[in-house]
Amino acid sequence: MALTNDDVLYIAKLANLQLGDSQVYQYKRELTRILDFVEQMNSVNVDHVEPMAHPQEMMQPLRADVITEFNQRAKFQAIAPATQDGLYLVPKVIE
Amino acid sequence: MQWETVIGLEIHCQLNTQTKIFSGAATAYGAEPNTQACEVSLALPGVLPVLNKEVVRKAVMFGLAIHADIAEHSVFERKNYFYPDLPKAYQISQLEKPIVEHGQLDIMLDDGTPKTIGITRAHLEEDAGKSLHDDFDGMTGIDLNRAGTPLIEIVSEPDLRSAREAVAYMRKIHAIVQYLDISDGNMQEGSFRCDANVSVRPKGETKLGTRTELKNINSFRFVERAINYEVERQIEVLESGGRVVQETRLYDADDDSTRSMRSKEEANDYRYFPDPDLLPVVLDASLLAELQANMPELPEQKQQRFLEVYGLSVDDAQQLTATRAMAEFFEQVLAQQSLPAKLVANWVLGEFSAALNQNAIEVADSPVNAERLATLLLRISDNTLSSKSAKQVFQALWNGTQSVDQIIAEQGLEQMSDTGELETIIQQVVAANPQQVAQYRAGKDKVFGFFVGQVMKATKGKANPQQVNQILKQKLS
Amino acid sequence: MHKLTLAQQAKALAAKQISSEELTRHYIDRIEAHDGQLNSFITVLAEQAIEQAKQADADRHQTSVLKGIPIALKDLFCSDGTATTCGSKMLDNFVAPYDATVVKKLKQAGVVTLGKTNMDEFAMGSSSESSFYGAVKNPWDTSRVPGGSSGGSAVAVAARLASASLGTDTGGSIRQPAALCGITGLKPTYGRVSRYGMIAYASSLDQGGPMAVTAEDCAYLLQTMAGHDDKDSTSVDLPVPDYVADLEQTVKGMRIGMPKEFFEQGLDSEIAAHIQHACEVLTSLGCEIKPISLPNAELAIAAYYVIAPAEASSNLSRYDGARYGYRCQNPRDLEDMYSRSRSEAFGEEVKRRIMIGTYALSAGYYDAYYIKAQKIRRLISQDYSQAFAEVDAVLSPTAPTTAFKINEKSDDPVTMYLSDIFTIGVNLAGLPGLSVPIGLQSGLPVGMQLVSNYFKEDVILRLAHQYQQQTSHHLQIPASFE
Repeated sequence: MALTNDDVLYIAKLANLQLGDSQVYQYKRELTRILDFVEQMNSVNVDHVEPMAHPQEMMQPLRADVITEFNQRAKFQAIAPATQDGLYLVPKVIE
Repeated sequence: MQWETVIGLEIHCQLNTQTKIFSGAATAYGAEPNTQACEVSLALPGVLPVLNKEVVRKAVMFGLAIHADIAEHSVFERKNYFYPDLPKAYQISQLEKPIVEHGQLDIMLDDGTPKTIGITRAHLEEDAGKSLHDDFDGMTGIDLNRAGTPLIEIVSEPDLRSAREAVAYMRKIHAIVQYLDISDGNMQEGSFRCDANVSVRPKGETKLGTRTELKNINSFRFVERAINYEVERQIEVLESGGRVVQETRLYDADDDSTRSMRSKEEANDYRYFPDPDLLPVVLDASLLAELQANMPELPEQKQQRFLEVYGLSVDDAQQLTATRAMAEFFEQVLAQQSLPAKLVANWVLGEFSAALNQNAIEVADSPVNAERLATLLLRISDNTLSSKSAKQVFQALWNGTQSVDQIIAEQGLEQMSDTGELETIIQQVVAANPQQVAQYRAGKDKVFGFFVGQVMKATKGKANPQQVNQILKQKLS
Repeated sequence: MHKLTLAQQAKALAAKQISSEELTRHYIDRIEAHDGQLNSFITVLAEQAIEQAKQADADRHQTSVLKGIPIALKDLFCSDGTATTCGSKMLDNFVAPYDATVVKKLKQAGVVTLGKTNMDEFAMGSSSESSFYGAVKNPWDTSRVPGGSSGGSAVAVAARLASASLGTDTGGSIRQPAALCGITGLKPTYGRVSRYGMIAYASSLDQGGPMAVTAEDCAYLLQTMAGHDDKDSTSVDLPVPDYVADLEQTVKGMRIGMPKEFFEQGLDSEIAAHIQHACEVLTSLGCEIKPISLPNAELAIAAYYVIAPAEASSNLSRYDGARYGYRCQNPRDLEDMYSRSRSEAFGEEVKRRIMIGTYALSAGYYDAYYIKAQKIRRLISQDYSQAFAEVDAVLSPTAPTTAFKINEKSDDPVTMYLSDIFTIGVNLAGLPGLSVPIGLQSGLPVGMQLVSNYFKEDVILRLAHQYQQQTSHHLQIPASFE
């Protein structure tokens, strides 16, 4: 499965990664190599196999609807890049 | 050309739990920014979600109310996209296996006929935080208090054919979630909001036209206006030879129009996959049975009961049960005193509702509670008050804290109930106007009104009109 | 003091022959003396550790076996008030504001935390070379890698810079470095140990576990780490057995399977010989060794390199520069903040896996990659189920080679991925696996992997313990760090 430059740029956009021109080439090569390797999966017929999402066949435990978390804003915002008036600040969204 | 409108609604309804869908942080509205944003709400490295049991219960109750299939096995998936109000950069939602599917409900059309609207699915997901675009030196402020608030997204089939139908459907869902007590339904606070998928097609065509999605409409009035505007816009585009672009549009209430947000043609690639931090939600039969057994009365059932038990008209019963709060208020008034149901219905739907509307407040915030209204109505039914004076008392009740009887006494509104006294007054009126008596006796019935007016004047309006009529007729005959 | 095992130190502490403060200071001195050449720690918490040690000494009457034992944590366990970097520039400035459940449990048991250990960035790697803080060196030969991703934790134990350590294992990240550094490392059953506060790489595969000198030491640590956690939906609500008491149970009659697929082609003959010797020891203890088959084993790496990156691509999306961690200088707008922060702060291997995972989940490829990989995952799991119908444990080498040279495999990601061939299937199935040292080959440690059925950690701990009663490979210390 050979990826194109456009494929690589599209994936990078979805993943929010910036790639320079040389990196596009490098990723194209490396990702293609990995995808070729992963092709092995096609050597076995899995048409009638159920996908396995979890190691154990368990069901979701349910939590009681009780407040257990209290305000720790000061502590949490001490590690934030930018805050003001209790808000996290980010650059403006350009639509 | 004749056009047909096709509408499907996606209603986002916050569930009224104490805590978030995947963490024990509070969901109260209006808290200081980020004071209800816990480790999980902030998506700190290493945190994990655990599902709130109440959320599951409430979703199942909704499913039961719309006669839907409740999934024995439902799965949470991740919807991946970057946005500052979405801290994990994925929203935990349900795609392939939602908890509720294939439901339906009936709405009443303007001509009084019912119409069944299909509900494709209702799935659980988490709400996002809020972006505040005020000026913080050109930055955007992010409040994550709302992030992780449980939502049920209710997706209708494209069965709605007009803005009116869409509103009727939305009102019905709104009533149901409040009857079930699974949401506060507060539209101002954003607990209940709606996206509308709107398209038009030539009448008779079976294929759907290209649709636009109207985002985040938060009042019944705006839903109707936004859809109407959008339908007209689409028809105009098509009739002038253009084509409708599939896109997301935002309704602007200020100039009553919709505008394009961003083109949806380059559809987002959300990369849904089952959330590996959560396991399949398996509904055990006992929970389902318990919820089924304890389902509260729904609007239609209540309406039926009001017809049967209270002998109300269909119209009254329907109006009273349109919201849970109104229906409950009606029954609370009845429970206070022994009153004719019709009288209570008239007042609750009449004077009381008018006052609420005028002041734009909810039943719960009314200054006249069930007990005070019941006392007032009791004074009507025991003939202490004429219905005219009762309205006067109601206004005083609404604006003050005095009791019904205090107001009656103070304003001297008590009806004259002493027949002897009234007879004396009527006798005097008859005696003082011999000319009019003669006219009346000569067959001029209109003059009767003159006598009533004179009696009322003499009694300062406190006479019971029926009694006045009765005695006058005797004296004049 | 550092030549004692954790269990021996615990006895000495209980008997007040040594104090925790002495022991802790001793390790801190050793870290200062040796870690310059090994780079196994990212953060050393000297003052805090001595404080904890003093407290443990003051509080000696309390009965927790681990009280006062100085250990090291892989730097992806959040500990309140402590830098937790995950080996990444992205979290270089991140001070965790809460404790991971495992950290909380260890603190309650009175364990002393010496520091946070170096690792492959975001636990993605098999060599501990991809850390933002530089490559970790193998104490047996500092020109070689220690394995990864828990390389720092393995080295800290191998060079006796800590009594024991915690690692995490997503595709072999505890077992492979344990093997390459000559120590004992256990990956518990998925769900046995809470993942809350353990920075996620691939959620359905990650599991934290102990790394120590002996299987007995691992048993002591697992005893404290294991158990249900309300904060982790995937943690299992099953009672925790007495692992330490179980160690002394006989292994006589235990059936041990050797998957023929792992021994057929290309296995290094010296490693095969070491395995042969280890089998003889187990046979002498009364175990029965028999061939078994894991027919889909060779597909494990392919499936893993779809599933793990897919989950990772989503798990690592939260690092967006908005609420914590790295934010690029002067972002032009939101998009710029996202893409530049992430591009500048993630290393190459992390970006590669995010890209692969994003691709595998993207529209049009989801079924061909992600769903297919999940189906193969089931086949691999079924292979193990069938094996455990016949045997109590599955035995193989832990890694196909001994420690390789630094930079030897960093050119080609796929070659690096192949070093996890024996370990990855265990993560896909969610089974417990353990690596024990079984000797040196040209001066470099060789490890043997034992895998048991779900929640049968007791079986492999017992086998490893009984084996270690007969051998002394695990007690060997690299000469320069004696």
